[in-house]
Amino acid sequence: MMDGSDFGLQELLLMLKGAGVTLSITFWAVLGGTLMGLVFGLVRSVAPWWINWPLGGLLDVFRSVPLLIQLVLVNSFKSIIGLNASAFVVSCVVLAFYTSSYCSEIVRAGVQAVPQTTRRAARSLGLTYWQDLREIVFPIALRVSLPSWTGLTLGVMKDSALVLWIGVIELLRTSQVIITRIQEPLLVLSVCGLIYFVISYPISRLGTRLEARWRDLD
Amino acid sequence: MNYTFHWYQAFRALPEMLVGALVTIEVAVLSMVIGIAAGILLALGRNSKNKLLYGVSTAWVEGARNTPALFQIYMAYFGLGSLGIFVDSFPALLIGISFNNAGYLAETFRGGLRAVPPTQMRAARSLGMSAPKAFRLVVLPQLFRTVFHPLMNQMVWAILMTSLGVVVGVNIDLTGVTQELNVRTFRTFEYFAMAAVIYYVITKLVTLSARAAASRLFRY
Repeated sequence: MMDGSDFGLQELLLMLKGAGVTLSITFWAVLGGTLMGLVFGLVRSVAPWWINWPLGGLLDVFRSVPLLIQLVLVNSFKSIIGLNASAFVVSCVVLAFYTSSYCSEIVRAGVQAVPQTTRRAARSLGLTYWQDLREIVFPIALRVSLPSWTGLTLGVMKDSALVLWIGVIELLRTSQVIITRIQEPLLVLSVCGLIYFVISYPISRLGTRLEARWRDLD
Repeated sequence: MNYTFHWYQAFRALPEMLVGALVTIEVAVLSMVIGIAAGILLALGRNSKNKLLYGVSTAWVEGARNTPALFQIYMAYFGLGSLGIFVDSFPALLIGISFNNAGYLAETFRGGLRAVPPTQMRAARSLGMSAPKAFRLVVLPQLFRTVFHPLMNQMVWAILMTSLGVVVGVNIDLTGVTQELNVRTFRTFEYFAMAAVIYYVITKLVTLSARAAASRLFRY
């Protein structure tokens, strides 16, 4: 056929472009989410209960309401207050808060994994509070947290497929567009799934390997 | 900001949305039941020496864990049609979530099986218990204890995942009903805010009752 109704190079390139959008949303969401999660997590591990509880409760909302609903809510609220932001920006912001909610828990667990005695030993050796945090807590907490953080990043990459609902043309939406054109759903979706798999699988294996190796070192 | 919120209108739709919420819970529970059954089989398959069983269950588990849940629902809705199997949007949602649940739960069960040391079984056997009795009274309670929390987490995930059905046209679950109301009235924010509150209440009820159950079940 010559009207381009086969799956060819052009379609593949379109899908790779869609994968690029997926990756770029993931990048911004994870970057923003990790920075916020770091702050929230640290605040939650040191703050008194009257800061800790409300903050924890607020972050818990992001984990208890479907992401799809969060996206629709923020997208419509943006229109209500007349903010001129693209669906892409809305997606990144919503996913960043979503990520920060999970990341704060990872950070908290990491900090809690450092024994109090180790921190007291550091302080009694003359390290300041910030030195203790930077030189003692951070390296130990990083080991505990990195595997979960890798899992979170991959989770966000997969959850980013939902942004198609508010009109972002990412990998899954691109596949859908191609399906309507060439009417080969199984083929197109298989390629789409393969792209997701190729991104996700190696990183998830790396995370598991790191976890196992660090567990053996303990 | 020249927008007037119409909360009263949204409140009047509450009964309709609660019916949708019931469907959401039903789908989530059903997908968990299928997911647990398939997950146990997959966990056994992953430990099996049979190449075919191992291959199929590994492909399932890795496929479910490394692609988006929405993709899996798309696969059931659009993809199966190519094979001559035409599924409606509701079964597609159920198939997608169950497939996903099974993939994640298989790893949970595999971890649970590893967490019970084989010496427990041997000790029970040498005390004179028969193999099925030892499994039921010694291994299973310990297995249940380790998988209980991941199981409850997955339940919450399943509830949140049911909202994806709307993308393939499900209109009877909570998100589907909300979307129908939205299309009729264009009061997007009000309706979806209500839906968010209902989802929050449902997931909180699940986590709180799971916590209550755990404190009673695992006292020792």
